[in-house]
Order: sequence, then C-alpha cells, then structure tokens
Amino acid sequence: MTVGLKRLAPLAVLLAFAAIAAHAEIPLNERRAGTADLAPETKAMQDDDSANPGMLVVLDGEALWKAKAGAANQACADCHTDARASMKGVAARHPAFDARLGRPVNIEQRINMCRVERQQATPFAYESKELLALSAFVGNQSRGEPIAPPADERLTPFRNAGRDDYFRRQGQLNLSCAQCHDDNWGKRLAGSLIPQAHPTGYPLYRLEWQAVGSLQRRLRNCLVGMRAEAYDYGAPEYVALELYLMWRARGLTVEIPAVRP
Amino acid sequence: MASALVNVPKKAKRGDVIEIKTLISHVMETGFRHTTTGEPIPRDIITSFVCTYNKEEIFRADLYPAFAANPFIVFSTVATESGTIEFVWQGDNWFSVTQSARIVVE
Amino acid sequence: MGDGRKSETTRRRFMAGASGVVAAGFVTLRPAQATPESMTAAIRQVTGEAKVQPGKVKLDVPPLVENGSTVSLTVSVDGPMTAANYCKSIHVFNEKNPQPNVAAFHFGPRTGRARVSTRIRLADTQTVVAIARMSDGSLWSAKAEVIVTLAACVEEL
Repeated sequence: MTVGLKRLAPLAVLLAFAAIAAHAEIPLNERRAGTADLAPETKAMQDDDSANPGMLVVLDGEALWKAKAGAANQACADCHTDARASMKGVAARHPAFDARLGRPVNIEQRINMCRVERQQATPFAYESKELLALSAFVGNQSRGEPIAPPADERLTPFRNAGRDDYFRRQGQLNLSCAQCHDDNWGKRLAGSLIPQAHPTGYPLYRLEWQAVGSLQRRLRNCLVGMRAEAYDYGAPEYVALELYLMWRARGLTVEIPAVRP
Repeated sequence: MASALVNVPKKAKRGDVIEIKTLISHVMETGFRHTTTGEPIPRDIITSFVCTYNKEEIFRADLYPAFAANPFIVFSTVATESGTIEFVWQGDNWFSVTQSARIVVE
Repeated sequence: MGDGRKSETTRRRFMAGASGVVAAGFVTLRPAQATPESMTAAIRQVTGEAKVQPGKVKLDVPPLVENGSTVSLTVSVDGPMTAANYCKSIHVFNEKNPQPNVAAFHFGPRTGRARVSTRIRLADTQTVVAIARMSDGSLWSAKAEVIVTLAACVEEL
C-alpha cells in the first residue's frame, strides 16, 4: 500500500506539473506583439502614418481634443494643454484604479468621466466615432512607450478576476482564451495565424473591419467566436480582462493605432 | 469629420519627380451588401479623385466599389514651380472633399 | 466584403441546388459575380478592338493576402514621361468581384512617373489584370494571380 503510494507520488507530481504547464504564461522573453507576424504590406501600412487609416481617426481625435464641449464650455486641451506632454504614457498605464468608483477604469471610461464631470457633457457611446477618435488620439501619445501597468495593490483582485476569466473555458466550443493564445500561438486557424493576443495597439485599424475599433470590440469578437455570451460594452468583466491582458503584455511597446488583418 | 491626409514634400528641386500620398476617410460601401435582415445597403463610394498643380490637372483616378475603404492613392508629379497642389475627392451622395498643400520649388 | 459575401454566395449556390424555383427569387436579389467573360467585356470597353500586347506595364500585388478587403497593389510603366511619349492611363480589372472594374488612373507628361500604389478589394482568389494605354495608342497588359486566404475568427454581429 505504502509502496504503491510512493510509486504513484512521482506521477502525481508529474500530473500536477502538467496541469501547471498547461496554464503556464508565455515567458517574458518569448512575448511578441502581433506586429511581429504581420504580412509586409500590412506592416508597411502600420509603420507609415500617411498610409495608416488609423491616423485619420487620430486626426479626428485631435480636433475633438481642441473643441469646447458641454455646459462647462471646456475643451480637453483647456485643462490638459498639450497632449504630447500631458497624455504621454497615459494609455500605457490604463486600466487604472479610480478611488472614487472603487474599481479600475479603462481609457474610454476615463475620457467619458472627464466629459461628464468636467465638461458637463453627455458621455460618448462605446464604439462611437467620437470615443474611438479621442481614445486613439490619447493612445497615440503613448506610441513607443512600454506598457506599464500601475503597481497598485487595489488592482490585484480585479486583475485576478480577469486572469480567471482568461483561463476559464466557456461557450459552446468550451474554449478558454489561454487555449488559443498561450498554448497554440504561432499555429494557424484556417488562414489566420494565432497571435499571442497582446493589446499593444488599440484602438486599431482592422482590415477585416475596414475601420478602427476598440479592444472590447475585439474581445467581443473572440467571445462570439467561442460561442460564448459576450458582455455589454463597458462591462466590468471586460475591464478586468483588459487589466490582465495589459499586465500580460507589460514591457511591450505601445503602437496605437496599430493595423491588424 | 471627413478627414483627409495628404503627404507632399514641402520643398523640392525643379524638375524632380516627387511622390504624393493621399488617404481619405470613407466607407466605400459597395452596394452589393445586405443587412442581416436582407435589406440591400445602397452604394456609397468615392467615384473620382483629381489632383491639380497650380490649377493644371496632373493626375486623375476613377474609383469603383473594388477600391478598399479609406482610399489610399500614391502617385507622382514633376516639381515645376512653387505653388498649390489641390486634391478633390467626389462621390455618391454629393460627397466632395477638397484639400490642398503648398510646395516650394527651388 | 470578402468573407460575408462569400458565405452568401455559397448559400445561394446551395439554394440553387436545392430548389431552382426558390433560388430564382434569391438570385435576382444580388448581381451575379463578375466572370472572366465579363472582365473581358469590361476590358473591351476600354480598349475597343485594338490589339493588347503583354508587357511594358507592371502589376505588383502580393501572391497571398491576409484579408481580401485590403490588398496592396502597385501598377507602373517604366520610362520617361515626355510630351512626345508618355503613358496616358492604367486600368485595373478583376474577374471575381461583383464588378470587373477596380480602378483607372490617368496621367500626363507632368505626372512625371506612371506609377500608382493603392489598396483594393478582392472577394476571392482570382486573376487581376492591368492594361496600360500609351500616348501612341498602343495597349499593354499584365496579369497576376492572387490567393485570398480565409480568416478563421471573423466578426459576427
């Protein structure tokens, strides 16, 4: 009996290790943004501002940044002045903890909070032209900066919730995010390369969308693909996932607005 | 917020062939698609692009639904004299956008 | 346009096979896709009955594209652009989109270089053709095969 258990012990250790290995995160030195695997034409499109359609949206965002809005008749620029200085690195640090709400907010939510509280204007709808434009403009100020999630203890439970969601099998296909993006990145699903899913460039221009869209639009896309129920835009579940994904992509370079197939 | 992005060198040497890049925000709805309920989505495309250099036409393009969304066109011209290079995009539903750039030729 | 349209086409073909009567109603809703014949007809609209020779015009398009909705394309005719001898226009056609025309580019001596880069849509794997018209009236052609891969995780609304 004891001998049997002793014999089984290495197997148990091995199984436990296998379980961990299956859930192992991609080592930091093996992390790669989707840019690394773009077709040369798509890469050229991302690299050249005069060829990147995402820059049209950034330009729209710049106009909005300077436009007075709401009952307060204030422009973003009236408080934050030159976005090149004031917004540098901001997108690289979001989602960030908002003490008053007691939860993390992403960049779109931060923009809308400013809009409602400071400008006394109506918030922009998710995926609206305006919100995409402003978040692309603000995000573009962090281009070239490393993704730097804040070392804020208050974020930990939310990030852990996002992580749990990332590893949770769900939907009619019973898939987790990790099964594609941790365990099978670099392989192909039909004609598409499975990326590591680092959100380095959102909002980004997707050839398939023929438009700029947010990270939440992409997450929704994935969930629907897994035949799982997608959350509503702005749902805390998405923000938690964003938080985990940004932590997972820490150190990679912000490339807003990126271009992806 | 129909924005266009044009890239023209600010300065050029007389006689040089310069490259011009243009990008404009437009859905280029083909007219061949349908909504999920089967309603046809009407065509809404840019049909023509014209570039003039000090009022003289130097390049023109006819666009069809097979042009990708947010039309991107790169072409050339000879830097002949200082002045204005003007770009006009026109299309369905009275779409019309004009943009211009100054060039100094030495 | 690539993937959504393709599935419509496939469904339509299935319907056509299942019931000719029902399918007739569907077919009238959507135009038939362009065919090599309709591409030839569209080319004839530009060239008339004049002879088109292969050569002179260059057509650069990636042989394999990630997404048919945005395909990089460059067309060019090498050589000087003088008042006496220049490339007047380059016309681009496809055989399997709903319509055979893609674009036409018109040049003059002041264009300096008969070369255009742009981005086009290709609904499916197919042949793309470029026709150049020179100032002496001669017509030249080039063609390229493009494989359009199908993406796995397309957005469903």
